[in-house]
Amino acid sequence: MPKRTDIHSVLIIGAGPIIIGQACEFDYSGTQACKALREEGYRVILVNSNPATIMTDPEFADRTYIEPVTPECVEKIIAREVEEMGRQGAQGKLALLPTLGGQTALNTAMALFRKGVLERYGVEMIGANAAAIERGEDRQVFKDLMISIGLDVPISGTAHTLEEAREIAERIGRFPLIIRPAFTLGGTGGGIAYNREEFEEIARRGLELSPVSEVLIEESLLGWKEYEMEVMRDRADNCVIICSIENFDPMGIHTGDSITVAPIQTLTDKEYQIMRDASFAVIRAVGVETGGSNIQFGVNPDNGRMVIIEMNPRVSRSSALASKATGFPIAKIAAKLAVGYLLDEIRNDITRETPASFEPTIDYVVTKVPRFAFEKFPQADPTLNTQMKSVGEAMAIGRTFKESLQKALRSLEIGRHGLGGDGKPWRFGDKVYGDRDVLPRELIRQRLSTPNAERIFFLRHALRAGFTVEEIFELTRIDRWFLAQIKELVDFEEDLAANGL
Amino acid sequence: MKAVLALEDGSLFRGEGFGARASACGEVCFNTSMTGYQEILTDPSYKWQIVTMTYPLIGNYGVSRQDVESWRPHVAGFVIRELSPVVSNWRAEASLAEYLEQNGIPGIQGVDTRALTKKLRVRGALNGFISTEDIADEEALRRAKAWPGLIGVDYVKEVTHRESFVWDENDEQSAEFRLTQGLAGDPRQVRAALPPADLPIVAFDYGMKYNILRRLRQHGFRVRVLPATASAADALRHKPAGIFLSNGPGDPAALGYAVSTVRELVQTGLPIFGICLGHQILGQAFGGRTFKLKFGHRGGNQPVKDLESGRVEITSQNHGFAVDAASLPSEVVVDRINLNDQTVEGMRHRSKPIFCVQYHPEASPGPHDSTPLFARFRELICKA
Repeated sequence: MPKRTDIHSVLIIGAGPIIIGQACEFDYSGTQACKALREEGYRVILVNSNPATIMTDPEFADRTYIEPVTPECVEKIIAREVEEMGRQGAQGKLALLPTLGGQTALNTAMALFRKGVLERYGVEMIGANAAAIERGEDRQVFKDLMISIGLDVPISGTAHTLEEAREIAERIGRFPLIIRPAFTLGGTGGGIAYNREEFEEIARRGLELSPVSEVLIEESLLGWKEYEMEVMRDRADNCVIICSIENFDPMGIHTGDSITVAPIQTLTDKEYQIMRDASFAVIRAVGVETGGSNIQFGVNPDNGRMVIIEMNPRVSRSSALASKATGFPIAKIAAKLAVGYLLDEIRNDITRETPASFEPTIDYVVTKVPRFAFEKFPQADPTLNTQMKSVGEAMAIGRTFKESLQKALRSLEIGRHGLGGDGKPWRFGDKVYGDRDVLPRELIRQRLSTPNAERIFFLRHALRAGFTVEEIFELTRIDRWFLAQIKELVDFEEDLAANGL
Repeated sequence: MKAVLALEDGSLFRGEGFGARASACGEVCFNTSMTGYQEILTDPSYKWQIVTMTYPLIGNYGVSRQDVESWRPHVAGFVIRELSPVVSNWRAEASLAEYLEQNGIPGIQGVDTRALTKKLRVRGALNGFISTEDIADEEALRRAKAWPGLIGVDYVKEVTHRESFVWDENDEQSAEFRLTQGLAGDPRQVRAALPPADLPIVAFDYGMKYNILRRLRQHGFRVRVLPATASAADALRHKPAGIFLSNGPGDPAALGYAVSTVRELVQTGLPIFGICLGHQILGQAFGGRTFKLKFGHRGGNQPVKDLESGRVEITSQNHGFAVDAASLPSEVVVDRINLNDQTVEGMRHRSKPIFCVQYHPEASPGPHDSTPLFARFRELICKA
């Protein structure tokens, strides 16, 4: 199918200011999209409040608005541009591409849709339409949709009495359990119960605090393995996986704060293909017509059970990683698919001869390590959880996981040359240890069991202090495969220290 | 355990041995799949091939009885960059090294597989010799050069079942692999339901992968497997509703007996479905030729375009030969091509219920995009 000729101009919404969780990756994707659409002869209109971005450089769009990324402001821009297009006698309509500017752009586009602005001005949302975005973003709608297509999700139930709550807990059959009271401000009164006593207490408190006496009880996936798939789809329903990602850190830590590795390391082909099929089923059911989506999975390491966690019906932080990891420019291709091209009509940028309808296969390992800056935020709680706290990331490529991890750690610019053994001291609070000092077991145990920015280094400290891989697994739930890799690095360090080069 | 891989062009790769203490000759080829090494090892199409994986980290998830594609591994040797020091997967029953050792197959790790792959990409597949037996370099090179190679040799006879049999009569091996969902019990007992096996067909076994048999059974076929040397009369004696031609190893031009059998079967008007070597045999039975590709297609990410629907499937492939489109008669339509090199990936007969594909719709390893071809075979039979 050729590109669409009924579109004259495309409005791209940028991500706005750089904040934790939404950084320069959306500048990268937006810039690619602007270039791709201008290449195709469309008039590109860009709105972004952040003039420090590359995308707002004058050459990337036909018209750039450095204005707040709010529904009110974008509405005015739409009104002005539609008028302008009328004056120019433009053949074709104005399209809005909301999937390249992160959550900010998506939310803004949805607000414009709900206010009826898009309909009033005849603006078409391309890439993903409003219904698809809603299905992907509303947790309950998404969960019900997943169940309806036969995919697995965390088991849950709602209770109005303590008796009902106990029945649900009984049915799920194991702790921890997550308890969320309905309609309390910011979810107050909820929590995670690790045993029966805690469960009784939190459930009772939740039921009391909830104005409708209702609590949601859900099985916890803490400690499960976490995976991501980057999917692309075109108008003819061709779907491909661009990149598969395995999180080094288990469930319970935001992906943005996790060390992540591409491709997936510890799934058999049978399991991987089930995850691939599920990814396509999700993007089809949600109805993202063209472009990329990111789908997250949790896998129980003991029995392989695979549940869908969530999906982002847009280019995400992981897409930027996946693009750089594989050489497949997701945002650029997503922009071309949005205006009607098919994957097999677009050239592969790397080979220049073969089409984009393929799945990148790599002969290396990519590791991304988050960069934290807790020293700049002394008030912040440095414990890692489901709220993202990292301010950046470093990505490295190597022929082995060990090589890519060491390169990524060195690239963090925190003064370390890798896991350790670089002769530099370790500082924890007001305590200073030498590079090759064996740290106190109690400190190690504490730093392993609570996720934190330095945990990766404590894996080395633990191995050097005589912890076994099994003990470390019990404390961290980091997959034994990763721990065995770290152990090889530590063993090699010991060998070097004893015998020299 | 020191190990060596020697190539006929005089190059030598040294590394650390794993698996069996053994030596073997074979054609060295590379596979780009990032998962599925056990399925690759046990695919009979790899008979007499020394396989190297382009993905560097292998053995991470161990091996399992569920993941075999035949009764044993068939590769002559296995060449990888780095073997995992541990096995990490809930289904793992043994490590890759243990598995190769039990089956007498030498492995070599620590090889610069990227350099090796680049060499194979320039020169095409090369004959080689692999050993974990501490063999002198000159001897290794001598044996690599002395090996006669794959061209013109019939390897099908080494991997076909010698006797005819009915596949999985008690439905113990054919259920599709599923994961446990929700609160279900033992994850190993999860099985998909099978439809009744109501459609009898015969399958010519040129080195057939189990997953083809599983998929056929999942689509309601009752499959009688015949040895590759079976005659058309042998096949027709079972009164089949359709005929299946399997994948298999080696040079398709060396299989005159199979080509003449299939030529007879084509004349009967029975529905026929061929995969990989089966496709190449059909190509010759139609009057076409096969040739050796410079770069074989081996991996799980090959894009194939269905020229009639416009859809693109990502496919699993493993072939070193291909059918020459120009050599085919006019009653045969090339309906699928590989988007990377435009070679023939599928054919169908204009007037007879016959179709075939060069790739592996049964996947295992690889994507499931082409699974519907098994349903197409069923429809074809039901319509005929």
